Amino acid sequence: MSTTAEVLHDHHDNQLKGIKRWLLTTNHKEIGTLYLWFSFAMFLVGGAMALIIRAELFEPGLQIVDPQFFNSMTTMHALIMIFGGVMPAFVGLANWMIPMMIGAPDMALPRMNNWSFWILPFAFAMLLSTLFMQGGAPAAGWTMYAPLVLQTGDAFPFLIFSVHLLGVSSIMGAINIIATVLNMRAPGVTLLRMPLFVWTWLITAYLLILVIPVLAGAVTMLLTDKFFGTSFFNPAGGGDPVLFQHIFWFFGHPEVYILILPAFGVMSQIIPTFSRKPLFGYASMVYASASIAFLSFIVWAHHMFTVGMPLSGELFFMFATMLIAIPTGVKVFNWVATMWRGSMTFETPMLFAIAFVVLFTIGGFSGLMLAITPADFQYHDSYFVVAHFHYVLVPGAIFAIIAGTYFWIPKWTGNMYNEALGKWHFWLSAISLNVTFFPMHFVGLAGMQRRVPDYALQFADFNAISSIGAFVFGFSQLLFLYIVIQCIRGGKKATDRVWEGARGLEWTVPSPAPAHTFSTAPDIEIVKQETGV
Amino acid sequence: MQIIKAFRRLLTGGVLLLAAPIVLADWAINMPQGVTPISRDIYDLHMTIFGICVVIGVLVFAVMFYSIWKHRKSRGAKAEHFHESQTVEIIWTVIPFLILVGMAFPAAKTLIKMEDMSGTEMTIKITGYQWMWHYDYLEDGVSFYSRLDGDSNRARQADSELDPQDVPNYLLEVDKPLVLPIGVKIRLLTTAADVIHSWWVPELGVKKDAIPGYINEFWTQIEQPGTYRGVCAELCGKDHGFMPVVVKAVSQEEYREWLTSQGAVAATQTASL
Repeated sequence: MSTTAEVLHDHHDNQLKGIKRWLLTTNHKEIGTLYLWFSFAMFLVGGAMALIIRAELFEPGLQIVDPQFFNSMTTMHALIMIFGGVMPAFVGLANWMIPMMIGAPDMALPRMNNWSFWILPFAFAMLLSTLFMQGGAPAAGWTMYAPLVLQTGDAFPFLIFSVHLLGVSSIMGAINIIATVLNMRAPGVTLLRMPLFVWTWLITAYLLILVIPVLAGAVTMLLTDKFFGTSFFNPAGGGDPVLFQHIFWFFGHPEVYILILPAFGVMSQIIPTFSRKPLFGYASMVYASASIAFLSFIVWAHHMFTVGMPLSGELFFMFATMLIAIPTGVKVFNWVATMWRGSMTFETPMLFAIAFVVLFTIGGFSGLMLAITPADFQYHDSYFVVAHFHYVLVPGAIFAIIAGTYFWIPKWTGNMYNEALGKWHFWLSAISLNVTFFPMHFVGLAGMQRRVPDYALQFADFNAISSIGAFVFGFSQLLFLYIVIQCIRGGKKATDRVWEGARGLEWTVPSPAPAHTFSTAPDIEIVKQETGV
Repeated sequence: MQIIKAFRRLLTGGVLLLAAPIVLADWAINMPQGVTPISRDIYDLHMTIFGICVVIGVLVFAVMFYSIWKHRKSRGAKAEHFHESQTVEIIWTVIPFLILVGMAFPAAKTLIKMEDMSGTEMTIKITGYQWMWHYDYLEDGVSFYSRLDGDSNRARQADSELDPQDVPNYLLEVDKPLVLPIGVKIRLLTTAADVIHSWWVPELGVKKDAIPGYINEFWTQIEQPGTYRGVCAELCGKDHGFMPVVVKAVSQEEYREWLTSQGAVAATQTASL
């Protein structure tokens, strides 16, 4: 059986060269590579928009863009970073690593895998094309609140349809991951022996399947409100603008964890490796991830305390939100306990992981402050919120993606990356991101609101500092691109194990990983050695 | 409860020490304490929670950095192999839970106070427009629009000759402020005519969305006369950043005088509409 499959696969691979190889590939490693390159391209596009924003905000007054275009930039920056940057990057890491981690030959649904990737370039081509349309690109914020979003010009149906396509792609990716994890684990890889990265992705995939259809429903209702005379969100026709916010955040809050749970998984692979010690509290890490996922469904209205809710609603959403601090705290404590009495070394992935633990925790603290409803009335829609979510997304999600790339790239390419340059990349990024985002806490608390192209004079100094930090951070990422390309082209040969403390089935295959791994299931003794504790 | 109070005192002391530069600096670095009972309660909550977070952060990061410094391979550290302990997992689940319960009490108390609409003596209806505010003194029949003032509006244009640096209260000045009396519990209603706006004055500790089709209510009671500046906090289109809120709080006598002077003006405005 397996021999036949192998022959067919090899035959298939040898036939296709050039562009067709990438267009028609069903290999999880090639699709993983496509996802990762695509997301990097989107990071650059979304990053360029962030730099336009920061350039305009460098000093008071309007210098570079007009307010409408500025709003388009904040809206597109968010949509591109969330749906084009972070989510595809984690799907790319999942594609590469999950089959190798569970001893599977490929993803369960390889053709769907190809399709779910190739939807993305078209969806983003459509979304980006709105920049050149009458009325400009969408400018109502990535949250697309009605009724403002209904004032969008020609871009409107393109925005809705691209969100639909992104959702289709995400759902297919999620189904594929669930099918792979539940059906294709090698004998011996029981659920509670799966690496944490596989666990967090399994939970993330369920979140995606549960909430992406909700988003699709919400934007479809916007579409019919605009073009077919319905009044879901129009009070003049008996509709309700707040209803949109409830539906959106029922998607939007789990979405936050869709962006961060895989990052927790990456951290739980890297920290034990460079501490040379098994992950502390494996089972509690799994339960904590599942609790976070559950809680994410019952806290959505903490994004909407100022819309005017009954007291009982405000109290419920405050208490439920505060509870999230507990499983999140458990995770942080477990990572610290993993380092405790280990034998640590500080290669680039570990540096990014340590920065993740510290800076993500800072973002968690400001999250806890935001949960306190009375104080949220002051924080809400201020730059304090901007600081908060950038602390959990940049040194959180994005550092995890970068750390994962440094961690696994020797396995992907067979070469070690340049460690000295990697450390430069780390220090430049870690320092500049704090220069960028830390002052945002101050201006937010002092009264600067989000999503404005201009501001009062007392915010000028901190905004100038933020802008300088943003440009350093942005251009530092070109160094990352250089390091990755250098690593693909050559470098010190990586061993199969790559890292001294590495454990897991993915490290038992050669470096670079051949096109087909685990065409036959790994030996059960090896499975037992490499997984579990 | 006594223990919680003592804990809070201890904590506030520690925080003040840690956060001294922040407290002492001018208002552009921290939340203003404000001029209403609610804004002060919020400020206290904010500082308490911030303080607890600082303490937890210092403890956790101290342990981590000690470990990073001490348990590094280059110092010859040998990795141990423990990887589980139900006891510590329970400890670091229960302790955070208790801390959260301690936070929830004062937060819920303030929230209940904020939502208590009893005993208000006058009502102002605030309507958000793209991009200005409309104020309606429901009992006194005075109403007017409040827009970004002329100087700020000229200075903000892309090709402006006027430098924002030369405009006093750039982007935080209006042609006609909302005048309110001090020492009176005032009921505020928000709604909007086009898209969602949000009426925010940090020093009053109030922010409430103005939503088409909805009337939201909240209250404030200003204790000191003065001019308090705020903004629209909810993205409402192109000029979202250019529809500030200015509240001028005056003594009750001055307020009466002002109302009388406005009464005539308001009547003609209504007639001309």
